[in-house]
Amino acid sequence: MTVTASTAVNRGVGGSPVRPDGVLKVTGEFAYSSDLWVEGMLYGATLRSPHPRARILRVDTAAAAEMAGVHAVLTSGDVPGKKTYGLIVDDCPVLATDEVRYHGEPVAIVAADDLDTARRACKLIAVEYEVLEPVSDMHRAAFDPGSPRVHADRGNNIVRYQPVRHGDPDAEDVRGRAAVVVTREYEVGMQDQAFLGPESGLAIPAEDGGVDLHIATQWLHVDQEQMAPCLALPPEKVRLTLAGVGGAFGGREDLSMQIHASMLALRTHRPVKMVYDRKESFFGHVHRHPAVMKYTHGADAEGRLVFAKVEILLDGGAYASTTEAVVGNAASLGIGPYECSDVLIEAYGLYTNNPPCGAMRGFGAVQACFAYESQMDALAAELGMSPVEIRRVNAVKEGSILPTGQRIEGPAPLREILEALVTMPMPPAPGKGGRRELPPGGYGNTTRGEGVRRGVGYGVGIKNICYSEGFDDFSTARVLLEISGGEPIASVHTAAAEVGQGLVTLQAQIARTELGVEHAVVLPADTQVGSAGSSSASRQSYMTGGAVKTACEAVRMEVLELARHRLPSLLAADESWSDIHLAEGALVLGDRTLAKLSDVLGTDVVEATREFHHRRTNPLDPVTGQGDSHVQFAMAAHRAVVDVDVELGLVHVVQMDVVQDVGKILNRLSLEGQIQGGTAQGLGLALMEEIQTRDGLVRNPSFTDYLIPTILDMPPLNMRILEFADPNAPYGLRGAGEPPTLSSTPAIVAAVRDACGRPLNRIPLRPDQIALGDDDV
Amino acid sequence: MTTAGMRLQLTINGRTCVATDVPPYASLLNALRDHFGLPGAKNACEQGECGSCTVFLDGTPVCSCLVAAGQAAGASVTTVEGLADEEGLSLVQQAFVAAGAVQCGFCTPGFLMAVRDLQYRVRGRTIINLDDEEVREALAGNLCRCTGYEKVIDAVRAALAHPTVPQPPVGASG
Repeated sequence: MTVTASTAVNRGVGGSPVRPDGVLKVTGEFAYSSDLWVEGMLYGATLRSPHPRARILRVDTAAAAEMAGVHAVLTSGDVPGKKTYGLIVDDCPVLATDEVRYHGEPVAIVAADDLDTARRACKLIAVEYEVLEPVSDMHRAAFDPGSPRVHADRGNNIVRYQPVRHGDPDAEDVRGRAAVVVTREYEVGMQDQAFLGPESGLAIPAEDGGVDLHIATQWLHVDQEQMAPCLALPPEKVRLTLAGVGGAFGGREDLSMQIHASMLALRTHRPVKMVYDRKESFFGHVHRHPAVMKYTHGADAEGRLVFAKVEILLDGGAYASTTEAVVGNAASLGIGPYECSDVLIEAYGLYTNNPPCGAMRGFGAVQACFAYESQMDALAAELGMSPVEIRRVNAVKEGSILPTGQRIEGPAPLREILEALVTMPMPPAPGKGGRRELPPGGYGNTTRGEGVRRGVGYGVGIKNICYSEGFDDFSTARVLLEISGGEPIASVHTAAAEVGQGLVTLQAQIARTELGVEHAVVLPADTQVGSAGSSSASRQSYMTGGAVKTACEAVRMEVLELARHRLPSLLAADESWSDIHLAEGALVLGDRTLAKLSDVLGTDVVEATREFHHRRTNPLDPVTGQGDSHVQFAMAAHRAVVDVDVELGLVHVVQMDVVQDVGKILNRLSLEGQIQGGTAQGLGLALMEEIQTRDGLVRNPSFTDYLIPTILDMPPLNMRILEFADPNAPYGLRGAGEPPTLSSTPAIVAAVRDACGRPLNRIPLRPDQIALGDDDV
Repeated sequence: MTTAGMRLQLTINGRTCVATDVPPYASLLNALRDHFGLPGAKNACEQGECGSCTVFLDGTPVCSCLVAAGQAAGASVTTVEGLADEEGLSLVQQAFVAAGAVQCGFCTPGFLMAVRDLQYRVRGRTIINLDDEEVREALAGNLCRCTGYEKVIDAVRAALAHPTVPQPPVGASG
């Protein structure tokens, strides 16, 4: 086979042109941050705390500094400027000062001739600790006034408390309408992003006293904003260029070694590369918040939700990271895409001495989704309803009011999603032909099928798209149009992070469509152009896509302006310049080609830089939780079919089916990849993925002990994509990366419950829960 | 204290290559990436769990992170950089790009080597009698975090369906 050249049309919006970085990635030439190399560079390494909570009494770096090949050993006292940073609250020390607050917190950094020397030098740094009792239990951190405070300068361990009050779920007349009431407690373990490309970067000291950092990150400008004050440099002297990113999933939102590598480079006047190994990576980025949740739902005899009361505790670990925003999502989306008028949701984000938690795909909505979907199934079981029917009865639609008081603008086609899902074909019954199924547990299981039961489950999720609660996460694009070799070429320059999702492909597609050109190139992302915001919150198609589109429109206006001056006789008197569009390298009116772009532009270069802002949102009221806090909502639903060995507690996922509304398909190939990948991460959370901690200590920082789904764990995934356009969004699109991660998890757990009959209130599921009922909360 | 390095000679992608000053504790992965200028094999876990560093060592696919560089002295090594030839990308490489099997791409070099090994092993058979389970089993040692593997399977199917099957180099297994 050969890769067929696409035509201009299907290389634009709606087509699936191949990735511009695809060839480099299959030949091994694509330069990931960990592949960077420059003459004369040193290697950096980090000394990390072995304790979750301890006072630092003394740090002696003398022996390390004297080691041959070592060029610098730096501690907190060497941080040139501000000693702390953070995405929302700047409470995270660049290097620990007088106290360490989590297992793995950076204490000192070393630059040496090679990585091995740097790592051995770290071991020569003597740190004397006074070990303190860690705060590791969420309930105690939140509600026990006798609990130690993780941050002594704060009155308690609560990062954010956000209630959402709508109606009165305790009113007697409300309670009286409920035919059934279910109360359950749920727990979600700590999931890791487990991107494959380890944290890495190359800092190069510049002649102007600044630093050039090549880094794998999700948001160049917010890195720059946090780094500059700590390095005591003006932002323009901290220049960042995006290096190749080996996946992100939220784990690269917070800084890792950005300041460390820069400090070492500035101190040694040599380029410094830092690259974590897998173990260090587990300590080097924040994780998904573990959650402890208590849910009470009441429903009437028809299954309609009457009231809901919810308490959600989210473990933010030692430093705030994005916990505030994660709490906002969990609170505002706490009962999911269902109508209910009498609701109380109370969400807490907590400080503990567990590993810091922040962004991961789904961001606060994942944890709540597992609980509310489990509740829907529990209600359905009590009422003798089907899981699909209870969801259909309560589904939100356009115009529905959420517990925050926010009205859903534009389509919210959950009923249509469910209708499409139930019509998708089921796999053949066990032993009835079709795909040869492995037994649960794989070839190692000696079962002859006697304990194997099949189960089916459903899950639905709703995710906010773009940043919320009043945050203006705009994006900036610069677009150039010029003639080169007789052909028009569009260049797109943004600071948007390509992390694997295919944004580089999409930016070029938009330029091709908007400017009617075949050739569009996306320039490397750096801080020489305005912020693009983060590659997070499923927002880049919307925001950077919107910015590229807007900049292209400005370029087109300027092209038309040029044409009007240079070729005024192109149009008849009754024709309007504003009706002209650009297609196939020409100005076109209706089906009439007026002039080639090359004849209009000549040697001129037309350029426009534009910011794109989404509609304004509002903060949630701190007492009532009321407010139009979200930009857009996106929904997906999964059906999972599983085989469970109920005696051994082993699960084999036989098939999954997914339906998602994306508003408008911009690139089907990339989109399908997002839905498939998101489903896999949801499967991982349901069945295997957990960073296990004991008294704040991380027990399994390796891919030997932290399992992510392999190709054998993933079932065939059938997919239907719906396009209910959002009139407020560019091209009508809906952000798509996160929703499938939400709904995949509860669908699988529901299917396992269906097979084994256990409550299964804690994820990831473990064999002893399934076989013996152990560890259920 | 910097340890004195060793001289290491390998035949990499058909060419004789020599590196001096390779640390005695270096893995084959380290040697390829840091001393032979071939960063295509990837350092995702360096524990033999993810397969991103897979190369052929005398025709056998190995996790290069688990092979001491010195153990490979004199051996023939094929890396992802050796998959394309003068005529361009191999079928599998083309299929990975076309099928959308590449997202972040960090696992891709390892997958490509594993698929190449599968191609050698199933030579003479057709896609018709190669079922999905066999494909999945062959790739079970390679982790991918982005794709959920569906499009990887699509790419493998497309590549294996093609009548042109690569010839294993001398010494290849299977």
